[in-house]
Amino acid sequence: MSSAPQTLFEKIWNRHMVRPETPLTPAILYIDLHLVHEVTSPQAFSELRQRGLNVRRPEQTIATMDHSTPTTPRDANGIIPVQDVQAQAQLTQLETNCRDFGIPLFALGTENQGIVHVIGPEQGLTQPGMTIVCGDSHTSTHGAFGALAFGIGTSEVGHVLATQCLLQSKPKTMEIRVNGRLTPGVSAKDIILAIIAKIGVGGGTGYVVEYTGEAIRALSMEERMTICNMSIEGGARAGLIAPDDVTFNYIKGRPRAPQGADWDAAVADWSTLKTDPGAKYDAVVELDANTLVPMITYGTNPGMGMAITATVPTVSDMHDDQSKAGLEKALKYMDLQQGQSLLGKKVDVVFIGSCTNSRISDLRLAAEVFKNRKVADGVRVMVVPGSQQVKKQAEQEGLADIFRQAGAEWREAGCSMCIAMNGDQLSPGQYAVSTSNRNFEGRQGKGGRTFLASPLTAAASAIKGVVSDPREILS
Amino acid sequence: MDKFVPYQARYAVLPVENVDTDQIIPARFLKTTNKAGLGDSLFADWRYDNDGNPNPDFVLNQPFAKGVEVLVAGNNFGCGSSREHAPWALQGFGFKAVLSTYFADIFQNNALKNGVLPIVIPENVYNYLVEEDAKNPGHATVSVDLENQSITLPDGESINFPIEPFAKYCVLNGVDQLGFLASADADVSQFETARAPRVNTMGLI
Ligand code: SF4
Repeated sequence: MSSAPQTLFEKIWNRHMVRPETPLTPAILYIDLHLVHEVTSPQAFSELRQRGLNVRRPEQTIATMDHSTPTTPRDANGIIPVQDVQAQAQLTQLETNCRDFGIPLFALGTENQGIVHVIGPEQGLTQPGMTIVCGDSHTSTHGAFGALAFGIGTSEVGHVLATQCLLQSKPKTMEIRVNGRLTPGVSAKDIILAIIAKIGVGGGTGYVVEYTGEAIRALSMEERMTICNMSIEGGARAGLIAPDDVTFNYIKGRPRAPQGADWDAAVADWSTLKTDPGAKYDAVVELDANTLVPMITYGTNPGMGMAITATVPTVSDMHDDQSKAGLEKALKYMDLQQGQSLLGKKVDVVFIGSCTNSRISDLRLAAEVFKNRKVADGVRVMVVPGSQQVKKQAEQEGLADIFRQAGAEWREAGCSMCIAMNGDQLSPGQYAVSTSNRNFEGRQGKGGRTFLASPLTAAASAIKGVVSDPREILS
Repeated sequence: MDKFVPYQARYAVLPVENVDTDQIIPARFLKTTNKAGLGDSLFADWRYDNDGNPNPDFVLNQPFAKGVEVLVAGNNFGCGSSREHAPWALQGFGFKAVLSTYFADIFQNNALKNGVLPIVIPENVYNYLVEEDAKNPGHATVSVDLENQSITLPDGESINFPIEPFAKYCVLNGVDQLGFLASADADVSQFETARAPRVNTMGLI
């Protein structure tokens, strides 16, 4: 039987169709895995209670605490104390909800707790060909495994809890092909920052992006997660990378990975999850990895990024009035000048963490820079592992000691200063080099100013005390 | 959700592109377990100074902003996070619709689930509404008619806007989508019977 060539997206989409789209109604899409956290779920559980509904598939649901949790040290009893009354109430509510509805929960400080997009892959829950959703836009992270994964709102969290399904209209597809190979000192974060700078923060709206090309194939699984994580910053709902041996090797042996004969069957099936030759995307974008250099953002959205060696654009570079006004507003907030270089700009804080860059390989990269060096005077450096498992491993590998000896803070796992709703935040006017994903006004604390960059660039800037090109330190 | 009733309303203009959800409602206000009071935190970092006093320059602090029901905003409104607190906060303030040349898609979905209409308008209409408002801020009105998918501009001209038929049906009739999904229960069960679950989250903790 021959059928029309399909994209990876179409294959996954078709496998999960409970009811297809009609002219009057969206498709009903089945969800394999639902990730839940404390911030976007309480109102959904309230809705279920009001309607007397149950959670349809608690065994396809998992909850963790990450956004509003402190990352401060444990007390004498090994407990991470929560000082914020509102945050505590939210965490308690999640506990109650999970208990009442039978959903497993990685509670604060327990051995598997961590950022929702770190724990799924870590436990082997994230697998190729699945549909995965969470009330969080960076659910796109899981697309690195060739899963269709996207963020949903709280109403939809309720829909999935109650029915294990979502109403969806079919998105368009975009191929982003990254040719060539990265050069030393340039990493996955730089690829995705360059992509977003190219397509803009709205460039991917309405699309599911598939990342292809030699440079993507050469990335490790964790680097692929960094890429897919920030798909949403280009407006795309989801990012996908076709699974291959890198993917299978990463999953193998994890707690929920298939075993024995099931594993062989799974790999055979997963190996079919790729875009067929001749399948058409609705849009194609290309990028050359050979010429990429470390990237940094200068403005107040992730699309305002540039090569670290470049200068901030000028208003006259902008094509239309809205972009001109946008750039002016951003530079005013950032207190930067048109045409200036960021290299050498003094920084107050360096944040290494978030679901973009808090996995063990990110920490290894940062540690490479910190080893036998000291954080510059006057710079606060926070290294925040993405999960308790990452924390444990980093401690076993001696990375935590390297960070501490360099003068950086080694924290408990969580979202931390990525979102500034847990006590970790910038003060007004401070500059931070951050490995997180959003540089919106106030994102890391009211009045705080964020330069998004890779873990290497962040670590190099911590050592120098100013925005620095990591290639200088590494050479 | 209430049934949609056509209305005429004054509008406020926020001529900023890429208004992200962190501006619509900053993350520190998300430590809540309900929807109450979020309207007070709408655009908090633009609306209030560091001491919590109203910023006199911000549009929603102008006397005319009391009672506006439509927001006209720059391109790509609602980009960023999936927080439904964004439309809840807009609704809490009293907004029934946002007019922009472009919306981020999770925001658009979330807004529609709450009956806050994200209405896509052409750039010339956006420019016209901004200019019209500048003459006498907060006085010009637009009318919104969902049934006919049209808005009537201050000069009396009507233009159509796109909306997904299902979302339109739900907002018009005050029907929420969970009911529709629940009615597909038999199909979902059939799907589940035909196909083993991919993972099991039990027993991990
Ligand atoms: S680390 Fe940041 S972006 Fe990731 S889930 Fe947490 S708050 Fe969201």
